[in-house]
Amino acid sequence: MTFQEYTSSVHNFEECMKCTICTAYCPVVPVNPDYPGPKQAGPDGERLRLSDPLFFNRALKYCLNCKRCEVVCPSGVKVGDLIQEARLRFDNSKPKLRDRILASTDFMGSMARPFAPIVNAVTGMGIAKAVMDGVLAVDKHRTFPKYSSSSFEKWLRKQESKQGSYPRQVAYFHGCYVEYNNPQQGKDLVKVLNALGVGVQLLEGEKCCGVAAISNRLEKQACKNAQANLEAIGKAVAQGLTVVNLSSSCTFAIRDEYPSILKLDNSAVKDSVVLATRYIWQLLESGTVELRFKKDLKPLRVVYHTPCHLQKLGWSMFSKELLKLIPNIELIPLEQNCCGIAGTYGFKKENYETSMAIGEKLFEQIRKANPDIVATDCETCRWQIEMGTGYPVRHPVSLFADALEDPLA
Amino acid sequence: MRFDTIIIGGGLAGLTAGIRLQEEGRRTAIVSSGQSALHFFSGSFESLKDCPEAEELFDRAGVRLHNLPGSRRLLPGGAFREAVLSLGDVSLLPGEGPIGKKALIVSFNGYHDFFPELLAGALEKDGTPSIQGIVEMEELAALRKSPTEMRSVNIARVLDKCPDKFVQKVKELLADGVDTVILPQVFGLDGDEVPRAISEGLAPLKVIFVGTLPPSVPGIRTQNMLRRRYERLGGTFIIGDSVVSGAVHEGIVSSVASHNLDTYRLFADNFILCSGSFFSKGLHSSPTAIEEPVFGLDVEFPEDRSLWYEADFFEPQPYMGIGVKADKDLHPSIGGEKVTNLYVAGAILGASKDGKYGTGAGKAIKSALAAANKILSL
Ligand SMILES: Cc1cc2nc3c(=O)[nH]c(=O)nc-3n(C[C@H](O)[C@H](O)[C@H](O)COP(=O)(O)OP(=O)(O)OC[C@H]3O[C@@H](n4cnc5c(N)ncnc54)[C@H](O)[C@@H]3O)c2cc1C
Ligand code: SF4
Ligand code: SF4
Repeated sequence: MTFQEYTSSVHNFEECMKCTICTAYCPVVPVNPDYPGPKQAGPDGERLRLSDPLFFNRALKYCLNCKRCEVVCPSGVKVGDLIQEARLRFDNSKPKLRDRILASTDFMGSMARPFAPIVNAVTGMGIAKAVMDGVLAVDKHRTFPKYSSSSFEKWLRKQESKQGSYPRQVAYFHGCYVEYNNPQQGKDLVKVLNALGVGVQLLEGEKCCGVAAISNRLEKQACKNAQANLEAIGKAVAQGLTVVNLSSSCTFAIRDEYPSILKLDNSAVKDSVVLATRYIWQLLESGTVELRFKKDLKPLRVVYHTPCHLQKLGWSMFSKELLKLIPNIELIPLEQNCCGIAGTYGFKKENYETSMAIGEKLFEQIRKANPDIVATDCETCRWQIEMGTGYPVRHPVSLFADALEDPLA
Repeated sequence: MRFDTIIIGGGLAGLTAGIRLQEEGRRTAIVSSGQSALHFFSGSFESLKDCPEAEELFDRAGVRLHNLPGSRRLLPGGAFREAVLSLGDVSLLPGEGPIGKKALIVSFNGYHDFFPELLAGALEKDGTPSIQGIVEMEELAALRKSPTEMRSVNIARVLDKCPDKFVQKVKELLADGVDTVILPQVFGLDGDEVPRAISEGLAPLKVIFVGTLPPSVPGIRTQNMLRRRYERLGGTFIIGDSVVSGAVHEGIVSSVASHNLDTYRLFADNFILCSGSFFSKGLHSSPTAIEEPVFGLDVEFPEDRSLWYEADFFEPQPYMGIGVKADKDLHPSIGGEKVTNLYVAGAILGASKDGKYGTGAGKAIKSALAAANKILSL
């Protein structure tokens, strides 16, 4: 071991040179005066917390975990990780019932599914919203994502033999959103992959990735899910399968937050878990497959929003390049700005105003561009942008699927 | 993925080269680990008096540059220095004689990155008496909740929203005979409209903006405007990722690998390395050697470590001139073998003996344009 290795600190916090560049790019600081900002909440605070846990500051809960501070830090300090880990380690208050509910995306989904039409109607009703707002502190301006009465998992299982017949195979981590809210998005991916000669398999025993559990300080639950997922992914990888996923936050959690925050070793599978956009792009680039787009596609003006976690992953170019392949598309990449929702954060009453104020810069850009549609890789960004601008939002892979020729029946 | 040119490092040099190439219709990508030295920028491009090519390129990005032969600028510590090519909000002062009859130097409660006393001392010597004033606004009081956050960027965020109110507050501080107002550069995070509006609002008083300790508001603005221009031209800007290695065979780089892209590689015909100096990790020093970490390019440095630095901290430090060795076309070498489709530009470049590219930000601009123009001429 070299001297430098002995001196390295948790999440590199000793490398901080106090330049405040992270604070300059944090989306919360300009809109919420109660948030001390990444430099103080991260490396500065860590020194104090390590000397005495009493220095822990509850205001750290205002952090969106967007990781923009990490992306810009010239010294490689893992500012966002420091803050999330401090919230898990030092905040010994009990997470609220509301937070537990919001974080339990898979439990909520499986409970709501059988009653989907009723649940959708009730959560959309004024009185239920008032109760949620008053009792649970879920902001009344929010519309709960609609639950779908059909299950993606069941749909795909029914076609096991058809999927098995393709020459190439991938495993698909479809996540709670596709399972409970938007099975169509998963079907879109299957259509694209099938068109490329790739069959899609489910993972055995997939759980919610846990990103919401982490940000709501439900560490045990997050670890339990993460371990189950690593096991499920491990089995697929052992069979030589790549594991693809559509959501930048799920992928980011599995690849980066499992080891950095939950301290779970994912090194055996990390490189095999990729965003589907990257997988599709690489397949196209290999020159072994061919795509057939529909003829006479109408002109489509699309603005593309890079979710913060996708920026952190550094893979947004795959989504953008794929979109550019669609005939007759006009693609306008937006300047990267945080949409402000950060998963469950924006649903909480105390964060609603902050959340919408953060998003305003992005909304403004979208309104100015006046597109036909907004494309983005994250489901919570999608809710926020739809709510903030009224423009329809879809995943790049769904737009891609729409443009592909329909398979012969 | 394949590009015409891949640029490693998205600071002043990388963005200048990237914009130049994109403007000529080339397909480029910039990969940049973190933010750059521009965030600490004084606003003045050292060693560059004028450079029409750069001035026009920056102008198209919305960044106004100016210089007047023989003029001076006032540094944050109170010294006067000969002016060089500078951002529009660096004030150019007459070459000699007092800068005004009487100056008002403005600062804020709890702001420790600006030094009115030092400036007052320097002005006094130069023949301009001054008074000092503090602008107090409720919007700023909210900032002081956490005292360490009274920093330039946070102040700019507040003042950018209410420049008129700020102008009014400054007017309230005026005393008889004041014809000059000195302000810290804490205006205009998103564009230079705010500093301009403040100058106009205080006219006919003369407004002089003086740099602050980092972060630099005009520097951050410049970085973001250049990046915006680059992306609008269709460039791919990948931030928060580091190039970790390059595949070099017989003096040709075919592709590079990055931390986030793990096994996926980026290919290009040409590459420009603009990864900065020690500060930005473009150069790495160990107890025995100074290395360029991405390609292992040849670096020229004295074997005797004690010659790398001057014991007196305030003397010019020799290590500042240490950098990657490059030939007249900015090609570096590995183990003596020239790499023919790789160029080095900016702070990573060692001081050349003929001083061709100058130093500091002037060197970044000149070498970046030289590399881009060379690629365009191929
Ligand atoms: C603190 C400071 C203040 C300065 N102030 C001035 C000034 O006021 N006036 C002046 O004339 N000069 C100043 N300089 C000199 C400065 O070097 C130049 O002004 C100029 O900004 C350098 O630009 P650059 O693009 O070459 O390098 P940088 O601005 O240092 O940019 C290099 C970029 O490359 C990235 N990078 C490094 N390694 C990798 C990798 N492996 N993969 C991907 N990206 C990588 C870094 O993250 C960084 O963003 C200052 C320098 C420093 C350090
Ligand atoms: S950007 Fe990095 S080095 Fe600068 S204050 Fe933030 S954590 Fe510290
Ligand atoms: S993760 Fe995002 S919200 Fe949290 S401190 Fe960093 S920049 Fe701010």
